[in-house]
Amino acid sequence: MAFIWPSLLAMILFIAVPIVSVAYQSLFVEHQQIMTQVESCGPFGCKSEARVDAAAMAELRTEEPMGRYNGLGTYTNASHLAFGELRAAWAASEGFGDFFDKVMNLPFYKALIFTLCYTFIVTPLVIVLGFCIAVAVNAVSARLKGPVIFFSLLPMIVTPLIGALVLFWMIDSRGIIGATLQVLFNDPQLSLKASPTLTWVTLFVYGVWHSAPFAFVVFYAGLQTVPQDTLESAMVDGASRWERIKYVTIPYLMPLATFIALMQLMDNFRVFEPVIGFSAEASASSLSTLIYSDLRSGDFPLFGSAAATSLLTIFGVVILLSPVLIRTWREFKHKG
Amino acid sequence: MNGFLKASVAIAALVGGAGMAMADCGIEKGSVRILSNDFAALHVVASAAETCASGTVTVTKNQTTEHKDIQVPALTTNPANYTVAMIATNSVTPLLTNDLVRPLDEYVEKWGQDLQESQLIRVDGKIMAIAYMVNAEHLFYREDILAENGIEVPTSFDEMLAAGQKLRDAGIANPLAVAYQSGWYLGAAFVNTYLGTGGEFFKDGTAEVDINNENGIRTLETLKAMSGYMSPDFITYSTNSLRPMWEAGDTAIQISWGSTTGQYIADDSAVPEVAKATKFAAAPTINGGSIPSAALWWDGFVIAKNVSDEDAEASFRAMMVGISPDTAAANPEVAVWLVKGYEPTPAAVGVVADLEGGARPYPMLPYMGLLHTALGDNLAEFMQGKESAEQALADVTAAYTTAAKEAGFIE
Amino acid sequence: MPLVALSTGFVLLWLFLAAFPFIWTAWGSFKVEADFFSRTDWMNAFTGPATEAQTGSSFTGSGYHGAWIEQEFWRAVLNTSIVVFCVVTISLTFGTLGGYALARSGFKYTFWILIAALIFRAMPHVTLVSGYLLPFFEMNIWGYLPTTIIVLVAINQPFTLWMLHSFFMTIPKDLDESAMVDGCTRFQAFRLAVIPVMWPGVVTTGLFSFLLAYNDFTVTSMLLSQENQTMIPKINSFLGSTQQEGKVMYAVAAAVSAMAPLFVLVMVFQRQIVSGLTAGAVKG
Repeated sequence: MAFIWPSLLAMILFIAVPIVSVAYQSLFVEHQQIMTQVESCGPFGCKSEARVDAAAMAELRTEEPMGRYNGLGTYTNASHLAFGELRAAWAASEGFGDFFDKVMNLPFYKALIFTLCYTFIVTPLVIVLGFCIAVAVNAVSARLKGPVIFFSLLPMIVTPLIGALVLFWMIDSRGIIGATLQVLFNDPQLSLKASPTLTWVTLFVYGVWHSAPFAFVVFYAGLQTVPQDTLESAMVDGASRWERIKYVTIPYLMPLATFIALMQLMDNFRVFEPVIGFSAEASASSLSTLIYSDLRSGDFPLFGSAAATSLLTIFGVVILLSPVLIRTWREFKHKG
Repeated sequence: MNGFLKASVAIAALVGGAGMAMADCGIEKGSVRILSNDFAALHVVASAAETCASGTVTVTKNQTTEHKDIQVPALTTNPANYTVAMIATNSVTPLLTNDLVRPLDEYVEKWGQDLQESQLIRVDGKIMAIAYMVNAEHLFYREDILAENGIEVPTSFDEMLAAGQKLRDAGIANPLAVAYQSGWYLGAAFVNTYLGTGGEFFKDGTAEVDINNENGIRTLETLKAMSGYMSPDFITYSTNSLRPMWEAGDTAIQISWGSTTGQYIADDSAVPEVAKATKFAAAPTINGGSIPSAALWWDGFVIAKNVSDEDAEASFRAMMVGISPDTAAANPEVAVWLVKGYEPTPAAVGVVADLEGGARPYPMLPYMGLLHTALGDNLAEFMQGKESAEQALADVTAAYTTAAKEAGFIE
Repeated sequence: MPLVALSTGFVLLWLFLAAFPFIWTAWGSFKVEADFFSRTDWMNAFTGPATEAQTGSSFTGSGYHGAWIEQEFWRAVLNTSIVVFCVVTISLTFGTLGGYALARSGFKYTFWILIAALIFRAMPHVTLVSGYLLPFFEMNIWGYLPTTIIVLVAINQPFTLWMLHSFFMTIPKDLDESAMVDGCTRFQAFRLAVIPVMWPGVVTTGLFSFLLAYNDFTVTSMLLSQENQTMIPKINSFLGSTQQEGKVMYAVAAAVSAMAPLFVLVMVFQRQIVSGLTAGAVKG
C-alpha cells in the first residue's frame, strides 16, 4: 500500500542507512597513528611532544578511508564483551562471588547489570502505576479532568535538564526531600547521593515517576474506547466494579499494555538522562552512558567502540522484546 | 620557562592608541565565521570581532556548548563551515591531529603587531594557534575563618588536611570542597594533583600510560584524604555545586577554577561579608614538591585550513580586533588575559600564583583526552572506598589501553 | 462508598507527587539563587529571606528578566514553536497514513516493517546524531530548522507508527469496509470514516510527538546553530560548563515559562480525548 511510503522513506534515510554504516564502522579501528616528536611552544613554555603526522595519516586514509579492518575485535575487547578478561577471571577466581566481583569490574558488564535492573524494575511499575492512575482519573468528574490530566503529565513534560537541576537539589541532604527523609528515618547522615544503593533506588523512583504519565495517557485514551454496552451488560449481570475492571477493561486494554511494555522496555534499556542528570555516574553506568562517554567525553571520539556498543544495545533490545514480538507474530498470523 | 609569561600577565605594558575605532578594521573583503564555546569571555571576544562587519565583510558566530563535538566535521568540509574556531588546550588537539588548521606565521607578521610571544602556540616551529586567556584551578580560602582558627594559608596538601582537621574540630563539619564528580571533574582532579608530583603520564616518547606507580598512588591517596573532609556527597560535586556551599559558609577552603572567581568576590554578591573575606592563592603542592598541583590551560583560536585565503586573512584580522589590548582593557574582569597591557585584577590572583609557582600545563597530547576519560570513568570506586588504589589505576590503564589501541595510538 | 474515597485519595496523592516539584519550582523561580538553593534551610525557598535582603521584596523577576531580555530566550521559544508544530504535523500525517496501511494490510511484509521500525527505534540517538554531522555539513544543510525537523520526524516515526497501528487495530474493519461499499475510495474511507473515530489515538500520539520534539536535547543541541537554537539547548547553556559557572536561576525561570503554553495545549487536548466521539462511532 502506498500510504506507508512517506513514513518508510524517512526511516530508511535517517535511521536504516545510519545503522548500516554504524554496523560497518564497528568492524574497523583507526589506522596506526604515525607519530612524530616535535617541539611545541605555548604560553607555558616549550616542550618536545608527540604529534600525529597529519600528512602521512591523510595518505593512509585516502587509501583505506574506513581504517584498519578489525573484524569483531572491537566487540570482544576489554571495553565490551571482554571474552579474554572473562576467561582469565574465571580461571583466577576462587568462587562464584569472587568471579562476580571481577565481572562487575568490567565496564560493559557493570553497565549491563544496572541497565537490566533498571529495565526490569521500572517497566512493570510504570505499567501498573499508569493503569491505576488512568482508572482513577477516569472516575474523576468531567470538569476536573483537564487540570488533573495536565498535572499528571507534568513529570513527563518537564525537560530532564530541569528535572536534574531541581530534583537533584531537592534530594540533596539540605534540600526539601533529602532533609525530610533524614527526619523520617531519624538518620542525620542519610544522603541519597553518597550511597550506591540509595542512588540506584533514586534512579528507579525517578524512572517510574517520569514514565508513569506515558502509560497513564495511553491507558486513559484506551479507556475512552472501552465498549460501554459490554460494561453495562456486565453491570446488569451483577459484576462489581473490580470484576468489571478485571474481566472487561483489562482484556480490552491488553494490546495497549503490550504496546507500553514494548516502548518502555526499549526506552528503559537505553536509560541515559537520569544517570547524567543525577550525576550518578559514580554508582551507575548504563549502555547509553558508555556510548556517550566514547563519543563525547574525550577529545578523540571512539566511533568504532560506540558503534559496537550501539549494536549490542540493539541486540539486547531484540532479545528483550522477543516474547512480545512472537506474540505479535501470532496475532498477526491470526489476523492474516 | 615563565619568562615571557610574566611579561604577559604580571607586567603592565604601554598601550598605544585611543580606544577601539568602531568597525574600521581595515579589512577589504571576506567572510568571518566563528565557532566557539558559550561563556562570557568568549562573548566579549566574538562581539569585538563582530565590529569588523561592514558592507563587504560579514561576521557570523555560533557560540554553543557543543562546539567541541561539532568542530571536527564542521572544519573537515571544503570550504569549511567556520573560518575561526575558538579552542582550549585540550580541544585544539583533534583539529591538529586531523590537519584542519592553517599556519599563521604570515598573518602574525603582517597583522599581529599587538601579539606577544607568549600568545603564539608553535608546533614544530610553525604558529598554529593564538592564545589570549589562561585558566587554572587554585586555592580559595576564607581569610576570616582561617585567622580565627590560627591557620596559615595552606601551601601543601599536608597543610590543607591539617587545616581541615583543625576546622572540623572547631565545628565546621565539612570544611573542604573540590569538584570530584565522577567523570570529567574527577579526571581533572587526578591530572592536577598528579602534575604536582612531577610525574609524567606516559612512558617517554610513547602513548603507553604510566600512572600505576608511586606518584599515581600518592595522588589517589591525597584525593581520598581530601574527600574525608568533604560531605559524603563529594562524588557529585561539580563547578556549579561549589559556590553555594561557599556562600552558605559551609566550607572554608576550596580548590576551583580561576574562571569562576569573579562571582565569588563580586561587589553585588549575595553575602558581602563572605565575598570580602574570600582570598585566592596558588594550588597546594604535594609530596614535598615545590610546584602547585594544577594544570594550566589556555584559550585561543585557530583559523581553518579549508577556507579561501581571503576569508582566512579577514578572519585573522577580525580576531586581532576581538582579542586586542583594547578589548582586554575594557573587560579586565571576565578573564585572565594573556593580552598586552592586561593587569591582573584581584580575581586573577590565584591563576597568577599558579603561574608564578611554576605549575605545569595540561598536556597537549593527542591521546591525553582518552586518558582523561579513562580516569574519570574508573576512579569513583576507589574514592568511595570500594577498591584499592592499585586496582583503580590498573582499571584506568586497561580502559585507556583498549581505547588507545582502537584509536591507533598503541599497537 | 469506600472505593470512591480510595480512588479520590489515590488521584490526590498522585497529583501531589506529580505536581509538587513544579509548583515548588514555579514558586522558587521568583526567588534568588541563595533562597531557592538554600543550604541553611530549605524553607528559605518558600519564605525568601535572601530575596528580601537582596531585592527589597520577597519576590523578584530577575531570573525572568535575565532569561527573556538579557539572554533573548524568546528567540529559542520561537524556534521551538516552529520545530514542534512542524514535527507534530508531519509525524502525524506520515504516521496515520503508514499506521493505517499496516493495520489494514494482510501481507507478511507489514509485520517485518513493524519489526524493523522497532529495531530502528532501539538505536541510541547519540550515535545517530554523531553520524549525521559530517554528511550534513557536506551537504550544507547543517544548522537549519528544516533539517532538524525532518530528523526528529524520522526518529519519532517508529513510535508513531506503532502507536497508531495499535489504535487502528482496535477499530473494526467493518467501519471502513462499509464506507467503501457505500462508494468511497480507500482514501475517502480513511479520511471520512476512520479518522473521526481515531481522534483519541491521533491526539495522544500527537501529544507524544509534541513532547519528543519539545524535550529533545540530543538532536537539537548538535544539529542547530546558535540563531536557530531551541529552548532546551538554550536552557542547557544557562547551566554552565566544566570551567564556567552557570546562571541557574535563568534556567529555572526559563523552564517555568516554557511550561505555561503547555498548560493551554493540554487543556485543549483533553477535551478531544474526553469527548464521547469514539464510543458512539464504534457502536454505529
